[in-house]
Amino acid sequence: MSSSIDLLAVPAENRRVGAGLEGMAEAELERSDRLAAIREGRIASLHSWELVTAVDGPGTRLTLFFAGCPLRCVYCHNPDTMEMRRGQDVELEEIVARIRRYRRVFTATGGGITLSGGEVLMQPAFAGKVLRAAKEMGIHTAIDTSGYLGAVAGDAFLDDVDLVLLDVKSGSEESYQKLTGRRLQPTIDFGDRLARRGTPIWLRFVVVPGWTDDEENVERVADIIERWKDVIERVEVLPFHNMGQDKWDTLGMEYKLRDAQPPSKEVVERVREQFRARGLTVH
Amino acid sequence: MSTATTDRPGTEAAHHDAWEGFAAGPWQDRIDVRDFIQRNYVPYTGDASFLAGPTEKTLRLWDHLERHYLSEERRRRVFDVDTRTPADVDAFPAGYISEDDDVIVGLQTDVPLKRAMMPAGGWRMVETAIKEAGKEIDPDVKKIFTQYRKTHNDAVFDIYTPRIRAARSSHIITGLPDSYGRGRIIGDYRRLALYGADALIEDKQRAKDAVADQPFSEHWARYREEHAEQIKALKKLVHLGESYGLDLRRPAAGAQEAVQWTYMAYLAAVKSQDGAAMSIGRLSAFLDVYFERDLAAGVLDESQAQEIIDALVIKLRIVRFLRTIDYDQIFSGDPYWATWSDAGFSADGRAQVTRTSFRLLQTLRNLGPAPEPNITIFWDPQLPAGYKEFCSAISIETSSIQYESDEQIRDRWGDDAAIACCVSPMQVGKQMQFFGARVNAGKALLYAINGGRDEVSGKQVTEDGLFTPITGEGPLDFDEVWQKYEEMLDWVVGTYVEALNIIHYSHDRYAYEAMEMALHDSEIVRTMGCGIAGLSIVADSLSAIKHATVTPLRDESGLVVDYLTEGEFPRYGNDDDRADDIAATIVHTVMQKIKAIPMYRDAIPTQSVLTITSNVVYGKATGSFPSGHRAGTPFSPGANPENGADTHGMVASMLSVGKLDYHDALDGISLTNTITPQGLGRTKDEQVTNLVGILDAGFVMDEQ
Repeated sequence: MSSSIDLLAVPAENRRVGAGLEGMAEAELERSDRLAAIREGRIASLHSWELVTAVDGPGTRLTLFFAGCPLRCVYCHNPDTMEMRRGQDVELEEIVARIRRYRRVFTATGGGITLSGGEVLMQPAFAGKVLRAAKEMGIHTAIDTSGYLGAVAGDAFLDDVDLVLLDVKSGSEESYQKLTGRRLQPTIDFGDRLARRGTPIWLRFVVVPGWTDDEENVERVADIIERWKDVIERVEVLPFHNMGQDKWDTLGMEYKLRDAQPPSKEVVERVREQFRARGLTVH
Repeated sequence: MSTATTDRPGTEAAHHDAWEGFAAGPWQDRIDVRDFIQRNYVPYTGDASFLAGPTEKTLRLWDHLERHYLSEERRRRVFDVDTRTPADVDAFPAGYISEDDDVIVGLQTDVPLKRAMMPAGGWRMVETAIKEAGKEIDPDVKKIFTQYRKTHNDAVFDIYTPRIRAARSSHIITGLPDSYGRGRIIGDYRRLALYGADALIEDKQRAKDAVADQPFSEHWARYREEHAEQIKALKKLVHLGESYGLDLRRPAAGAQEAVQWTYMAYLAAVKSQDGAAMSIGRLSAFLDVYFERDLAAGVLDESQAQEIIDALVIKLRIVRFLRTIDYDQIFSGDPYWATWSDAGFSADGRAQVTRTSFRLLQTLRNLGPAPEPNITIFWDPQLPAGYKEFCSAISIETSSIQYESDEQIRDRWGDDAAIACCVSPMQVGKQMQFFGARVNAGKALLYAINGGRDEVSGKQVTEDGLFTPITGEGPLDFDEVWQKYEEMLDWVVGTYVEALNIIHYSHDRYAYEAMEMALHDSEIVRTMGCGIAGLSIVADSLSAIKHATVTPLRDESGLVVDYLTEGEFPRYGNDDDRADDIAATIVHTVMQKIKAIPMYRDAIPTQSVLTITSNVVYGKATGSFPSGHRAGTPFSPGANPENGADTHGMVASMLSVGKLDYHDALDGISLTNTITPQGLGRTKDEQVTNLVGILDAGFVMDEQ
């Protein structure tokens, strides 16, 4: 095979979830069995999978998008992952087989798996089994989470997590709740716990004009995360984009950020500088 | 190290100097460049820090070229055409870019970018191209090539059968090299440097004489005649050298001469042939032996070494052929595929990475990015780390590098193979390809459904009554469609290979590549490089017919012109076996059908899946598909998934493509990907590492 790789200078911030579960068999279970199976972690409701590079952790990674999320972020660019019922049931062995298949990709690229969503911690039993299976194969693991359900991730679960991609979406209870519909404190508690355990964090902050970008709010986020400095390997400041708009429309959901513009380069750079001033590595 | 000796009369003294310090071996007693390389090259395992930037002279020369020629050419499309002098190895007097042009000399004509006529391929193309360039044709030249001298194009059309003409005019078979040079032949240009023209002439004369007492046969006569042509070409090459003050009869003495000699041999090829791909071969390890010797002797420093390679690359960037606007459209521009293959491993496990491999990449920094020469890296995850990182960094900076799987090529074609054009591997000097353009496998599916009627024109293309269309209003049945597709492929492939046999028979007779073939062994391997276009569309369409409900939509004459596809279906390119296996089966089926047909000159049939540049043209001539692909829209390139159908990341699509069996497509499979540097990581280091990782992942063989 020849591969001619063309590198164009287009910004690559427009990350969306993958599309569908091609190649994975769908589990077919009766409703009552299904709920039990999800609880026990035999099956999971998944939105999609994708092999990605450089966005969900180091190297090339198999990212699994779990269906269902407790948050209702106004700027969510994947609203189709909010509800678990929109996912597709997949059995553990399907996932493990795929991880096994991509082992050589992970080895070659220094990559691994990333469990994302939705919110992976909505289905902790299944996620825990996937992480365990990956660790048994010697594969690097990451979870991508808001931290809101951090409490359900037990110590044994976190023992199998090499990296947490942690979103701190806003800096105060009030603004966080306005933005996500949920409380901020659980995320802070989760971050504190990761810092105590020494679990590495890639911290993410999305700059949403008019919602998260004011200097004061960013300072508050910086106050929170500064104390996790020893475990934060990098802070990724991501400009909001509007590529999820069509999904909100398709789902018939009201999108509060309709036609909102991405933040200016200057604002994004100012936010980055604010984090840098705390001695953090910022991208 | 011992000093070389030779038993060849008359050349001993010359060799004595030229080969001094080289490790002796069989290469001294017979023409065997590979043996010379293997005994003499030293792999380089370090990083790029030794490299030198451009010299003042290089920058002046490049700037002069840009200001006086390249910028003007961009404005006019064609800088100039010589309409009086049919091209040949020594048809033009010496030409130079400027007074700084004294490192590696030689131009195709007497002026940079001035294009020459090569009418042996066909007069009509030449006449059209001259008119399109705004010039007048010379009536005397026209008279020669229309009245006195038969061309390749004339011969082909004398022989073509009615079904070929029908298939050609309905565009199910397109881009055939029946009116332009076929290319895909790589002369072993290194031979001139290592041995000198006298020794090469002597060798060819010996081969010709060796059969003198055999009885007449057509094969025997052609062999003798072709050798005579090759010897004449070598003599013209000597004459060409003389016009530049070079004595090409003897071997090259130092690094500068080794590059100059190699380039002169290549120049002679591009002065006498305008093949669709005029690739230069695998030069770095060979030339590096000379560079290392000169560097060790202290007669050259790194800056001078780089200046020589830069000068060569400048010359490779200004090769031009006289093409029509139509041709430019088929090939998306004015490429000539001076593919330079590099790196990979030798059979003994040493990496074929030398300092000159780095110098070649450095030209992209010193002169800026450019599509020619088409630098092609034979990639293996085990290549030295410093080199892998430099490749990745230059890729990110310039987008100008192509990668191939070294292991696949080496296993099949050995460690002195090179790529002709974009993916076709061949052993340098020992093998050539009969270039076959490609057949539109996508359109063949629509013909299967319509019983050989063209979905665009409505014309019956296959012979009346030979095929029956699928009738009825109901949804398509997979088994029925597949059976009809197989039957249609018999016709399409049969017609296609018939055309190729005719074309290459005629090309050998009327536009024989004497210069390139003089730099080959006398007995060579020939492959027939067949190709297909539209793989992903057929795979997705068959998948749709199998997994969803596809209802044909007909016009008033009953012709299926569109499809209503309801339901989900797996698409090729997502590492999903359900669709990927269909794609692999298509490639395998086409190959089986090709293999069943006898080939001109006992060529070994091969197949490629590689429409890199002509997707627009194929798409334009093709109707709508069950996959949802719309009539007239471009195909995706090569073995790529259909545009937008691969939704699980680039590595997943690489794995899908990897399921196509290389044995069914020995001429190569291409996957074109676009990655933004930012898409590879947050920092330059991260981008470099991640690109290396992706390449490693894509080219690693399966574990099982």
